[in-house]
Amino acid sequence: MSARMRAVVLALLAVAAVATTAGAAIASTPPDAGGDLVLAQGGETVRGVLRDGEGEPVPDVAISVATPDGEVVGETATDADGAWEVGLPAPGDYVVTLDAETLPEGVDLRDADRNPLEVTVRSAQNRTLIFALGEGAGGSRFLNSFLAQAVSGLRFGLIIAITAIGLSLIFGTTGLVNFAHGELVALGAIIAFFFNAPASVGGFGLTLILAGLIATVLSAAAGGAIELGLWRPLRKRRTGLIQMLVISIGLALLLRNALQVWFGGGSRPYYDYTIQQSLVFGPIRITPRDLIVMALATIVLVGVATMLQRTRIGKAMRAVSDNRDLAESSGIDVQRVILIIWVIGGGLAGFGGVLAGVVENVSYLMGFRLLLLMFAGVILGGLGTAYGAMFGSIVVGLITELSTLWFSTELKYVWALGVLILILLVRPQGLLGRAERIG
Amino acid sequence: MPETPAARVLADVEPRPGVPKPDPILVVDSVVRRFGGLKAVDVEHLEIQRGAITSLIGPNGAGKTTFFNLMTGFDRPDHGSWSFDGHDLSRVPAHQVANYGMVRTFQLTKALTRLTVIENMKLGATSQRGERFLPSLWPGVWRSQEREIEARADELLARFRMDHMRGELGGTLSGGQRKLLEMARALMVDPAMVMLDEPMAGVNPALTQSLLQHVKDLPGFGKTVLFVEHDMDVVMDISDWVVVMAQGRIISEGPPAAVAKDQAVIDAYLGADHGDESRFTPVSFEASAAAARRHDQEESA
Amino acid sequence: MDVDFTRVLVDGLRTGLGPVAAVYALAAIGLNVHYGYTGLLNFGQVGFMLVGAYGMGIAVSIHSLPLWLGIILGMLAAVALALLLGFPTLRLRADYLAICTIAAAEILRFVFRSSPMAEVTGGAFGIPSQVGGSGFSSGFYRLNPIPEGAYGIGPVMFSHTRLWMMLVAWLLVALAVVLVWALMRSPWGRVIKSIREDEDAARALGKNVFAYKMQSLVLGGVLGGVAGIVLVMNQGAMTPDQFLPQLTFFAYTVLLLGGAATVVGPVLGSILFWFILQAMDSLLRQTGFGSAALGAVRLAFVGLILILLMAFRPQGLLGNKQEMMLDA
Ligand SMILES: Nc1ncnc2c1ncn2[C@@H]1O[C@H](COP(=O)(O)OP(=O)(O)O)[C@@H](O)[C@H]1O
Ligand SMILES: [Mg+2]
Repeated sequence: MSARMRAVVLALLAVAAVATTAGAAIASTPPDAGGDLVLAQGGETVRGVLRDGEGEPVPDVAISVATPDGEVVGETATDADGAWEVGLPAPGDYVVTLDAETLPEGVDLRDADRNPLEVTVRSAQNRTLIFALGEGAGGSRFLNSFLAQAVSGLRFGLIIAITAIGLSLIFGTTGLVNFAHGELVALGAIIAFFFNAPASVGGFGLTLILAGLIATVLSAAAGGAIELGLWRPLRKRRTGLIQMLVISIGLALLLRNALQVWFGGGSRPYYDYTIQQSLVFGPIRITPRDLIVMALATIVLVGVATMLQRTRIGKAMRAVSDNRDLAESSGIDVQRVILIIWVIGGGLAGFGGVLAGVVENVSYLMGFRLLLLMFAGVILGGLGTAYGAMFGSIVVGLITELSTLWFSTELKYVWALGVLILILLVRPQGLLGRAERIG
Repeated sequence: MPETPAARVLADVEPRPGVPKPDPILVVDSVVRRFGGLKAVDVEHLEIQRGAITSLIGPNGAGKTTFFNLMTGFDRPDHGSWSFDGHDLSRVPAHQVANYGMVRTFQLTKALTRLTVIENMKLGATSQRGERFLPSLWPGVWRSQEREIEARADELLARFRMDHMRGELGGTLSGGQRKLLEMARALMVDPAMVMLDEPMAGVNPALTQSLLQHVKDLPGFGKTVLFVEHDMDVVMDISDWVVVMAQGRIISEGPPAAVAKDQAVIDAYLGADHGDESRFTPVSFEASAAAARRHDQEESA
Repeated sequence: MDVDFTRVLVDGLRTGLGPVAAVYALAAIGLNVHYGYTGLLNFGQVGFMLVGAYGMGIAVSIHSLPLWLGIILGMLAAVALALLLGFPTLRLRADYLAICTIAAAEILRFVFRSSPMAEVTGGAFGIPSQVGGSGFSSGFYRLNPIPEGAYGIGPVMFSHTRLWMMLVAWLLVALAVVLVWALMRSPWGRVIKSIREDEDAARALGKNVFAYKMQSLVLGGVLGGVAGIVLVMNQGAMTPDQFLPQLTFFAYTVLLLGGAATVVGPVLGSILFWFILQAMDSLLRQTGFGSAALGAVRLAFVGLILILLMAFRPQGLLGNKQEMMLDA
């Protein structure tokens, strides 16, 4: 493994991280956020260092920074060390453009779609941006990026799967399409953030692992509390399913924005988070962080599957999901099973949120952005079946990330959602679901 | 034993499964519907005589409702073909089947809960000018037709003794009343053939008699009736012809008296004799009538 | 702390009667056709607003077509979306339809904001307002017959341009109300309502359920498209990211507040919704509440209204309690 390759991979990963951050930042702008949202304090900058594929600095490349409205706030060129920096008038959203014309011969942007970069700069932040450079198309470059995308697709799919199990089981047992499931994901991530943050910023300074554990437990409790405090009473009053669906949307709006008041509108990484050297397994490169995330996700998924398959409560869950009336008449305490599903589903959602926060960033909107992909995974697998949800979610994760090989990253969710609609066109009951009876 | 014109015509027909009829309105050929490994319907050949009352009987799970679903386009068979009044119906959508003149009711009633009884009825009428988007905006186009339809609906409601419920919402009716409404609404289509899926289930026994009389009158208006019924007394009373299904297949057909004596039929019912599934004997009829009464009281309570 | 309650009331009234309330009334009337009357759980109404707005904006601002043609094109875009969306989704169960429509609206937003589409749609920055009279809204304001000045009663005053905007917007609302009223009292409306109650029953009676659902989707979608056009006309500019899923949720809240399946419910709902929202805003601002959290508090409040409404008064203000209690 040459140092050059390693640098390329690092650069790629860093770009991916920045791009996802940027996407999150853009999406997280509140609808009526005016310029008055953040108080200007001064001292904000964006900066970076341009290096080519071999790690050599690239000087004299023009870079400009503009507001989302297109008003240019600063222009510069990289110096002899490849470094550049632009001062900003205030915190907020900016669009940073590298003038590809000014790149030297033989040096190109790795991914032309990642220029311009959209970033959110917080007050007093010096935001570092990476434009990944390299030379024009190489031989096995496609295979390499294919593998890289497949790995991150799998990682993403595993995270969706963990969060989607609860969604699917809740639908299977109560018929509720829970639009507020994403908020449990964000809740878990944000709780972990505060337990992880150092005491100086009002946190508890626990290690991320401990913080994640606490977050999982508290999300499980939140799931149980929502079931006991809201859904069970509503079911007792025989509230219709459509009504409950609308209520879940209301709950989602309430929780999501309560989280925003608590956490703020921006997106932040965990404090434990650091850029890591990637490990190399044959043609696949992966950071230890990602490896841990994927391993944890897989262990939990296998654990859930085993629980559903082997344990009494797991069998009871499947029985209630299969045929509620039959389960009830055969002596299963359906209400208790539903409560347990909410607790487990809530815990899994929170845990998935922590993983997603590790991989990307933590924001109050992260759950809602994941929600439609969860639905896609769950429907792909057939609503109400836990295995279907796992399978479908992984497919959705792969589609999302692999699509970036051919199409703009801005469109990566479009393909997953498009597949959802296509599947329903062919099989209205989902891939693994069953048809309904008429008459 | 009924002495209707149809019964006299059918008297000469040999009582065996799949036998041809002198003037069939519905002809079914090798229709098969599987659910996973289960062959819910497997009908080789069946003809339904025009203008007759034919009962379709069989134990629960025999495939009667599935057969109705297939014939009326609510479900698709794995293969097979059937024709109604000269129209090939394979792959014809459900609403088109109704427009050809074959209308069905549902075992689980579908009263339109937030429409009034009279609106439920008027919905049944076909070829309404006001049901098209643009013409609906100009009352002049449809008002006179609407009045005719309303008059016809009121007449039918009176016949079904539901005229006093005219302005009630469908959702406020009892289970038995919903059955009545659904049947009356089906007749608003003015169909050549009605397929009734357990129309008497849950209907108050006092009403059953008048309901039966309505069914008996239908051939007089040139209509064909195919209906599913579990109560053998009712079947004996009004059928011109009886078709017996078990495990998806037609195992017997013939005039009521002949079918009642058929050993294959008795075996089929005894074979399926667990729980309340067999209502073939008079004893279980009493029980089911009592159950129906209870059901009705609960519904209206 | 001094709270000026007249100010709160005036702020509430100005918004409750303003063009935005009319926009949401239009969008909610469209949803009423879909959900209230036909039972179609369309959660992608914002998608119709987006294509309506962009259809008009692209035609007028980018291709310099006349305004009237742009508006027609915007409405046609909504029709096209309804057809495109309807074919795969109208056969689905209500909950699948909800997920699919919200997904479709998000797909549209992602595509419209993506840089490969920037040539056609203006990308993430959308179609900005243009000074010098070449933007789409300047054509609209040129038609303003109202003499310059301020109009109103007491402290509730509107400028002549705002008044013109309001006049047109509420006129469109009135037209939509009359249209829905005329349709829903007709036999067409009867079929539509029967589909909401039980589409298999309607089918068994010979009604082409798919065709009716499609007509309903198109009609409600065009109303959504018109709402989108009015929305961006009022702003003078448009960006894809203003068409977030929560616009649809707002429209649902408006509809359910007024009463689904009632003719004027969406209108009353919208006026009340915006009155409450703006009055609350005004109150919080005056009590020195930090403006950063205000947007979030307002959205959380909408969520709370939605929950309480559905749990305790699902029929809304104008709906019939008895009808709501009936089980299918
Ligand atoms: N949608 C379906 N999926 C699976 N099995 C079905 C479905 N509909 C009917 N069946 C099965 O087909 C058989 C026939 O059912 P049905 O037609 O309802 O019987 P009947 O009306 O004679 O009581 C039964 O075993 C039933 O369980
Ligand atoms: Mg049946």
